[in-house]
Amino acid sequence: MADQEFESVVTDEMKALIGVKGEETVSELTTTSVRMFARSVGYVDPAFYDEAVARERGFRSLPAPPGYLGTPIFNPAESDATFGGRRGGGGFRSPYPLVLNGGTDIEYTGEQICAGDTLTSATALASLQERWSGALGVPMLIQVSETTYTNQHGQVVAVSRGTGISYPAPSG
Amino acid sequence: MSDAVPDQIYFEDIEVGDSIPELEKSPTSQQLVQWAAGSGDFYQIHYDTSYAQDTGLDDIIVHGALKHAFLGELLWRFAGPEGQVKRVQCSYRGMDPAAQGRESAQEKKFTLRGTVTRKYTEGERNIVELNIEGVRADGSVSTPGNGVVVLPSRG
Repeated sequence: MADQEFESVVTDEMKALIGVKGEETVSELTTTSVRMFARSVGYVDPAFYDEAVARERGFRSLPAPPGYLGTPIFNPAESDATFGGRRGGGGFRSPYPLVLNGGTDIEYTGEQICAGDTLTSATALASLQERWSGALGVPMLIQVSETTYTNQHGQVVAVSRGTGISYPAPSG
Repeated sequence: MSDAVPDQIYFEDIEVGDSIPELEKSPTSQQLVQWAAGSGDFYQIHYDTSYAQDTGLDDIIVHGALKHAFLGELLWRFAGPEGQVKRVQCSYRGMDPAAQGRESAQEKKFTLRGTVTRKYTEGERNIVELNIEGVRADGSVSTPGNGVVVLPSRG
């Protein structure tokens, strides 16, 4: 079914968004937010909970566990209740209503990310791809968004790529 | 419970094809609530059974990003106190349920595994690439991916 024909929903306006960075988000890491994240994953390494241990290990303060790139600073009155403060793919909105999280890729530059840091991030749509889903019997739009995180010293600390898969409701 | 801080492994001790120590998780509804708070993702399909069922799911499911973070912990433990996690990548190929009520968390066991695929030196950095994956209790892989770590040298 891979060669099933379907009508493209990708417009020139959508293509024009590729590579265009959206609004910036400012996120902060605090000792409490690092401890909360580490606890929620299930880490038992004391470096995430005890600043003295973290410093002995060469960190400036509690290090961010992989996957934690700060908590956005936002006003709940002006934000989404579900994903508070996080912004999507540089203004791109899929024409399809149903969405699946396809994957996550975070690459670190090697600069430490620790409690006390403030990260500024901006997201751009990196690619759009359309494919027929044999399993669902519908076309899928696969969007990759790329977010670059820069610390308070202007150093890029991480780049994350998120894959979103959107599709229309299968009929019958 | 596994050791809080595993012994340091060195670049020289690693061969392509080596399996790294596994990490076992048993996500419960309690952990998903902790993750919602820790990560800021409060989507109801991860903690509200009725809501999840209204969207067509059988029950609440584990957050994709939590599975990514589990793989991050696998690599953090492998890299050890002197190593560094450089990259964590994974695809979400299927939903994973979480244990609720009196259900045994063991039945919802989720195992993180990794195998070394390449090792090389770039400048002064000793880099190890791995295939990594999240595996369900029935042995199926829901979360395949790749990881990169930097390891210290015995040098």
